Amino acid sequence: MFKNTFEKLKSGLSKTRNRIFNKIVETISGKAQIDEHTLEEIEELLLSSDIGYDATIQIIERVRKELTSEKERSGEVITKVLKQELLKILENNDIKLLDKSEINRYKPFVILIVGVNGSGKTTTIGKLAYIFKNQGLNVIIGSADTFRAAANDQLEVWVKRANVDMVHKTHGSDPSAVVYETCELALKKQADVVLIDTAGRLHTKTNLMDELRKIKSVTKKVIEHAPNEILLVLDGNTGQNGIVQTREFQKYSDLTGLIITKLDGTAKGGIIFQIANELQIPVKFIGVGEGIDDLQPFIAQDYVEALILK
Amino acid sequence: MFEILNDKLEKAIKKITGQGRISEQNISDTLREIRRILLDADVNYKVAKDFIDNVKTKAIGREVLNSVTPGQLITKIINDELISLMGSKVHELSVNASGITKIMLVGLQGCGKTTFAAKLANYLNKNNRKVLLVAADIYRPAAIEQLRLLGKQVNIDVFSINGSNNPVSISERALEFAEENNFNMIVIDTAGRLHIDEDLMTEIRNIKKSVNPNEILFVVDSMIGQDAVNSAKAFNDAIEFDGVVLTKLDGDAKGGCALSIKAVVDKPIKFISTGEKLDMIEIFHPDRLASRILGKGDVVTFVEKAQEQFDDREAEHLEKRLLSNQFDFNDFLKQIKMIKKMGSLKSLLGMIPGVGSAVKNMNVEDNQLVKVESIVQSMTKKERNNPKILNGSRRLRIARGSGNTIQDVNRLLKQFTEMQKMMKSFNTKGMNKFKNIKSIKYS
Ligand SMILES: Nc1nc2c(ncn2[C@@H]2O[C@H](COP(=O)(O)OP(=O)(O)OP(=O)(O)O)[C@@H](O)[C@H]2O)c(=O)[nH]1
Ligand SMILES: [Mg+2]
Repeated sequence: MFKNTFEKLKSGLSKTRNRIFNKIVETISGKAQIDEHTLEEIEELLLSSDIGYDATIQIIERVRKELTSEKERSGEVITKVLKQELLKILENNDIKLLDKSEINRYKPFVILIVGVNGSGKTTTIGKLAYIFKNQGLNVIIGSADTFRAAANDQLEVWVKRANVDMVHKTHGSDPSAVVYETCELALKKQADVVLIDTAGRLHTKTNLMDELRKIKSVTKKVIEHAPNEILLVLDGNTGQNGIVQTREFQKYSDLTGLIITKLDGTAKGGIIFQIANELQIPVKFIGVGEGIDDLQPFIAQDYVEALILK
Repeated sequence: MFEILNDKLEKAIKKITGQGRISEQNISDTLREIRRILLDADVNYKVAKDFIDNVKTKAIGREVLNSVTPGQLITKIINDELISLMGSKVHELSVNASGITKIMLVGLQGCGKTTFAAKLANYLNKNNRKVLLVAADIYRPAAIEQLRLLGKQVNIDVFSINGSNNPVSISERALEFAEENNFNMIVIDTAGRLHIDEDLMTEIRNIKKSVNPNEILFVVDSMIGQDAVNSAKAFNDAIEFDGVVLTKLDGDAKGGCALSIKAVVDKPIKFISTGEKLDMIEIFHPDRLASRILGKGDVVTFVEKAQEQFDDREAEHLEKRLLSNQFDFNDFLKQIKMIKKMGSLKSLLGMIPGVGSAVKNMNVEDNQLVKVESIVQSMTKKERNNPKILNGSRRLRIARGSGNTIQDVNRLLKQFTEMQKMMKSFNTKGMNKFKNIKSIKYS
């Protein structure tokens, strides 16, 4: 289903790869000994990918330990160790994706999309709808962003592109009401998948976060097993606030996963290492462009591989 | 200067006390702590490094005079360094005295350009100025419609061309339209783009060439991380912008990118955007950002948040009770309710000058608030008024009534006593500080 996933991921991350991790490999392999200065350079290189201070120190400590016991400090060994250490942080990333059998089990399979303003929620909904549609599934989208100007119009464009159905209400109406109607319609039409787009909200606004809780409970009221997934869409450019954001959204809405967007730029999305380390919330997809097919399943192995491979 | 520094930094600085001269050894903890704070605030690692090197150079060897403590001295050096990096001036837009002032907004996807365009137009549309918004984002679905609706909300005309796929000619024709119809200003909202997208970077270069803006503003999401320097630099190389706008500062991101961007492209930050409502735009004050990054927290934001939620009269009443040490469980309950409305406890605590560390030790978690609330609600009115009468049997009754253990009740009572104590000291030192800050903001 995801054709050339690995290739696409690789090209999407090529900049990251070249700028950061290749440099690390070069930095270390160019020298016979791993001296303090070199480790400092690795530290800076890791830091510049938003991995964060603590996680960076942790990785460096591990690399340092591994490599002092290695006789050979070739680029290959260093690549291997770094890859291994980075993968270790992501090892609990549950790569169980939204597959068809899972979705058939819970018809309709309800997915709630949440996140701060401008992170890429609506675009991601369009891309997800397209993926499901291509699997032959019936998709209904609920436009529960009743706040932002022209949110319905934006979503409508994606609905047409993906050729799916949509429920919406006028600007300013109660988002819960949209969610309620969407779920009811999904039952009536026996839809396979329900995607709910929500308004962007900063995690510091309690009233908006409470609203999210309410939206969640409304889905459950109509469909007992809902929501099946609550996915946080996080801008790949996000720095250290990404961990705070995730923690807060987790508190209010029991996230089941993350989607990291805009990884087609030069941002590294390194905050996911910290999120994995502290919160154990899996990354399920990554956004690598503005096209409808620019959403890729996140596979830790591929991600780290793509980051480090020459 | 920041009267309130981040806990760890304060601790590190305190260690220097009692030394006559600042040396490499006695300043190293402090420098490490500053580095960590800067990195946690998303200041670019190179910028942070330079910053620390400069502080170090300036600090080492300095005699500590009798009149100041070493802590004050180092705080001053950090402060001066921040000022020399960020500047202390407030920058206004350059406005064309005769003819049309042309402003163009550029930036990455999702950074908040369109909302800011409407805010800026609204902000400028005063003093007999007539502003025209120009919808030049032809790519994002419904971006034009979004701007049109926002323009309607603030009563500003929006120029757009249905079906046009050429942002350059949209901008040119908007300018002609503005000239013909006596507008004084135009604000062009361009599409969000990646700085490595060569076609789209060429596009904004062409818009610049054809309309020759007076101001190009680079709009940045304050949550952006280390890569801010790369996008800022690429945008600046491509079109040389005049100023920066920081958005979404109503969140709790520290906004360290501002320091990085200033260091890399040396362009002033002119505006900040602080909310979803269209009047939430402010001129940028470098000092406020400095204390947001290095200080215990953002005092101004705290005051603003408190203002949003606190009923003035209620606050006055509470303040009186506090000052006369009459604070009881009724007040406590009211406070819990207000605090719950204000946001997560942890983020709030950090913002309160002089209180953060004391309350932090009390280990009050958000979900614990619910528990605390239930305990207090199980007390009788008399007990709430006068917690001293809470003997063993009363405590047991409260525990049962609220579905908690006796230990929970005891813990709360202990915490409450601690809190009363803390309030007492808060009265004597903290409250004054708090008031000063308030008057700075609202004078
Ligand atoms: N380059 C790139 N741009 C993206 C990606 N995902 C989304 N975007 C862009 O980011 C911008 C914001 O995306 P939206 O989908 O509107 O974000 P949102 O979270 O729905 O925004 P609000 O509803 O306003 O909070 C748009 O210009 C999208 O085209 C991605 O993976 N890569
Ligand atoms: Mg949206």
